[in-house]
Amino acid sequence: MKYSYYPGCTLKNKAKDLDTYARASAKALGFELEEIEDWQCCGGVYPLGSDEIATKLSSVRALEQAREKGQDLVTVCSACHHVIKRVNDDMQNVEDIRTRANNYLKFETPYAGETTVLHYLEVLRDRVGFDKIKEKVVNPLKGRKIGAYYGCLLLRPGKILGFDNPENPSIIEDFIRAIGGEPVIYPFRNECCGGYISLKEKDMAQNMCKKIMDSAEGFGAEMLITACPLCMYNLKKNGNGKLPVYYFTELLAEALGVKEEVAE
Amino acid sequence: MQRIGVFVCHCGTNIAATVDVKKVVEMAKMEPGVVHAEDYQYMCSEAGQSKIINAIKEKHLTGVVVCSCSPRMHEATFRKAAEKAGLNPYMVEIANIREHCSWIHKDMEEATKKAVILARAAIAKVNLDAPLQPGESQVTKRALVIGGGIAGIQSALDIADAGYEVDIVEKLPSIGGRMSQLDKTFPTLDCSACILTPKMVEAAAHEKINIYTYSEVEKVSGFVGDFTVDIRKKARSVDMSKCTGCGVCSQKCPSKKIPNEFNRGLNNRSAIYIPFAQAIPNVPVIDRENCIKFKTGKCGACAKNCAAGAIDYEQQDEIVTKKYGAIVVATGFDVIKLDQYDEYAYSQSKDVITSLELERLMNAAGPTKGHLERLSDGKAPKNIVFVQCVGSRCSDNRGKSYCSKICCMYTAKHAMLIRDKYPDTNVTVFYIDVRTPGKNFDEFYRRAVEEYGVNYIKGQVGKVIPQPDGTLMVQASDLLDNKQILMEADMVVLAAAIEPNKDVRKIATMLTASIDTNNFLTEAHAKLRPVESPTAGIFLSGVCQGPKDIPETVAQAGAAAVKAIGLLAKDKLTTNPCTAKADPLACNGCSQCMNVCPYGAISYEDVQVNDHGVRETRRVAVVNNALCQGCGACTVTCPSGAMDLQGFSNRQIIAEVDAICR
Amino acid sequence: MSAYTYGNTANAAERIKEISGVNPLKCMKCGKCSATCPAFNEMDIKPHQFVSYVQNGDIEALAQSKSLWKCLSCFACVERCPRDVKPGKLIDAARQIVIREKGQNYLKADEIPELLDDETPQQLLVSAFRRYRR
Repeated sequence: MKYSYYPGCTLKNKAKDLDTYARASAKALGFELEEIEDWQCCGGVYPLGSDEIATKLSSVRALEQAREKGQDLVTVCSACHHVIKRVNDDMQNVEDIRTRANNYLKFETPYAGETTVLHYLEVLRDRVGFDKIKEKVVNPLKGRKIGAYYGCLLLRPGKILGFDNPENPSIIEDFIRAIGGEPVIYPFRNECCGGYISLKEKDMAQNMCKKIMDSAEGFGAEMLITACPLCMYNLKKNGNGKLPVYYFTELLAEALGVKEEVAE
Repeated sequence: MQRIGVFVCHCGTNIAATVDVKKVVEMAKMEPGVVHAEDYQYMCSEAGQSKIINAIKEKHLTGVVVCSCSPRMHEATFRKAAEKAGLNPYMVEIANIREHCSWIHKDMEEATKKAVILARAAIAKVNLDAPLQPGESQVTKRALVIGGGIAGIQSALDIADAGYEVDIVEKLPSIGGRMSQLDKTFPTLDCSACILTPKMVEAAAHEKINIYTYSEVEKVSGFVGDFTVDIRKKARSVDMSKCTGCGVCSQKCPSKKIPNEFNRGLNNRSAIYIPFAQAIPNVPVIDRENCIKFKTGKCGACAKNCAAGAIDYEQQDEIVTKKYGAIVVATGFDVIKLDQYDEYAYSQSKDVITSLELERLMNAAGPTKGHLERLSDGKAPKNIVFVQCVGSRCSDNRGKSYCSKICCMYTAKHAMLIRDKYPDTNVTVFYIDVRTPGKNFDEFYRRAVEEYGVNYIKGQVGKVIPQPDGTLMVQASDLLDNKQILMEADMVVLAAAIEPNKDVRKIATMLTASIDTNNFLTEAHAKLRPVESPTAGIFLSGVCQGPKDIPETVAQAGAAAVKAIGLLAKDKLTTNPCTAKADPLACNGCSQCMNVCPYGAISYEDVQVNDHGVRETRRVAVVNNALCQGCGACTVTCPSGAMDLQGFSNRQIIAEVDAICR
Repeated sequence: MSAYTYGNTANAAERIKEISGVNPLKCMKCGKCSATCPAFNEMDIKPHQFVSYVQNGDIEALAQSKSLWKCLSCFACVERCPRDVKPGKLIDAARQIVIREKGQNYLKADEIPELLDDETPQQLLVSAFRRYRR
């Protein structure tokens, strides 16, 4: 199975790990991520304003490219996923945005939200299947108590992202089970870490990260995993410093026995 | 040619402020057949009706058009008036210039134009009206009550006391309904079982009442006064005539891990069980899905231990077919599922419960014998937080748009009872509004605050956060202090919205009774006919019509009973003469009308016809006037135009359209 | 903030309603947004108050509010609002109005270098630019 792949800016730099482990694991699981050409940064924030058009165009370009290839569009970064999925929803359902975006971009065939946007985790759950992954695991992460940190961007708004129950998600916990680990459920896993404000409001960010990590630790987590480079940075920089934080793809690569390949 | 009188109503200013009524009179006078036209402030008043009566007599009118409100409101009034003056009532037509015109338009000129057109259409119709004679149908003097909760029991008792036979059909193994699960009732705090059980016993002992428990309505046909209903009596696997209710079977049953529905799943029951101690009938039922005997063929412990030999594994479902004159729907409610509200941690923590679960926890016959304790560790809670409006008053597709009405009062009750019995326990209620309209209701709530020291905080809860030590942290707004509160709790009680019983859709469809977007049954008129369905002969009792508490439910149950009695007291009903009629000369015998008729009113007969001098036998459609409801489905289906609806003939409708388009 | 005025006019309020797509009249004043907001304590005007400020046309106060910069855009209030009012969208719209005015950028180019460290992901800068500047 081939998917169009949108890595996003950070996965080419600070979050290289998130990207390389994702690609290696995909190979091991038998699907391919085909990076779309000349993709542009999604902007990192979904522009909420009903009159925002220019800020949505890069997402539409990527979506249209995937459509032309007849592929689903996969992202790994939570923010890219959030932005592109919501823009796609606009293109499907908001006539004004659809018309104006198409007027700018002048595709041969106007784009109207035909592409399916999937987060890498959704590919694992809905296309590969966690049972299948379980079969392919060679190094089960036995005994590791792992807290899933969802944050806000993956889950909300629940109706548009359709990713999981935004108040009681289970996809990353199921993922942890599939790779042989022990998920630790804690109440702050879907509360915001304050990533966006961590540039200028460091005190606030520290407060939030501490709350999240203390809660996870209190429930017995020994590490956290995330899909978001911004959460990763923030939790590491501003957290309580006691829990290590990994990208979920790194643990996946480890469990599938392809981590070393990447390192080489 | 008809001699038509047109009467234009002002309806105070309801019509006259938007429609130039004088102009309508003037224009009507120019229509063919109109010999009289006048306007009046209130046509429906005594004086207004006299004007119609006098005009009919003096001007020898043969038809009447009243330009007024909806025919649903006053058609009957004006037809009665015409009848008094000796005119056939079906020669009266209404032009609805209020709901269809003045209420929905602002511009007087436009509205007047439309009112004139509506009047013109009605006049065109009257020109083609023919006098009609209603027929008669019999009334079966027995009522069916669907649902055996307090609403159904009360309706049944009232109807039976008036001397009519009543059958109650209850889906569960015992009557009693939601009220049997409650501990105490507001605002008097008397014990629910103490006031409900005598009523259950009375219903069971009443010579006019017959109770079908563990039974469901399966099929309904017929019409007001003459319904035919199939009732499925599900196999109980216990012979009710032999069982003594000793309960040994339940004790001996090895399959004991089934969530106890009566206790909202807070503890377990066995596969053969009596739902609760005061159940009526006091006869167990085997839950075949969980019974080892039914699953594997082995076991049989209950049969072995039953001294009365009442266990019958071979018992089959049984269909009982009965006739009824009236049907009372009393299907009640349930609380919503909370899977859309996981921010309150209901599925994450055992100590987050619904108010109905709290009722069971506080009930002496409940899973904790009435001792209030945390379900997680059995400890006594010291800080209890109540959250109001969970799923009520929501317009976000997660919950219900309506106010569930009962939560403010039962929460005040819970809070008060807890503070009374466990004075060391802190009780906090987060509310958006406290709604206590009702006799002695606000006083009751104030007592909770002033005498029992319940802490009421205005603001919703945002999140319930389970803590590693097993306690809960409640993050909420205090709007009056403009603060965000973090409050420790060891039990959180959610006032979950109530919703109509899930089966109501199915039942409403069988009864052709309408339901609203929230699945509440619709009343015939929101204010003036609140306990009747728009479908004749169907009456509404209790929460199936809308949220209400026990006193209101009982009052409404009585009202529904009175309406049913009013129907049963009649020997005969006049039937609507606006029924379909087939022209045997035009009918080609294709059967399409028979196939679309929802009432089974059309059959085919071989009749002798004289077609332009040719005598022959033809197979033609015949309408049973007693069954026909005048829906018109056959008339639009008939390919040869042979089927016509009396009072709404094809010619009349075309004439109306022509008059509008003229 | 500088002394730009957005006016206590119905106009500015209409603009915010238009950009956000929010109808403040749907609010039943339950306070769940403020109950759920992780940044509540840092805000001078609280999420639930944004709704009534817009309703009352007091946009100047919102434009001056530091809440615009403290909101995490985490959508918790949006997700949990029982009335589909979504105060987070109002806050975002108010921020849009402010940053679309020249010279109203909360993030100045020359202060950026000192805010960075070795690990700062591109994403953070990109999103800061989008949230704080035009």
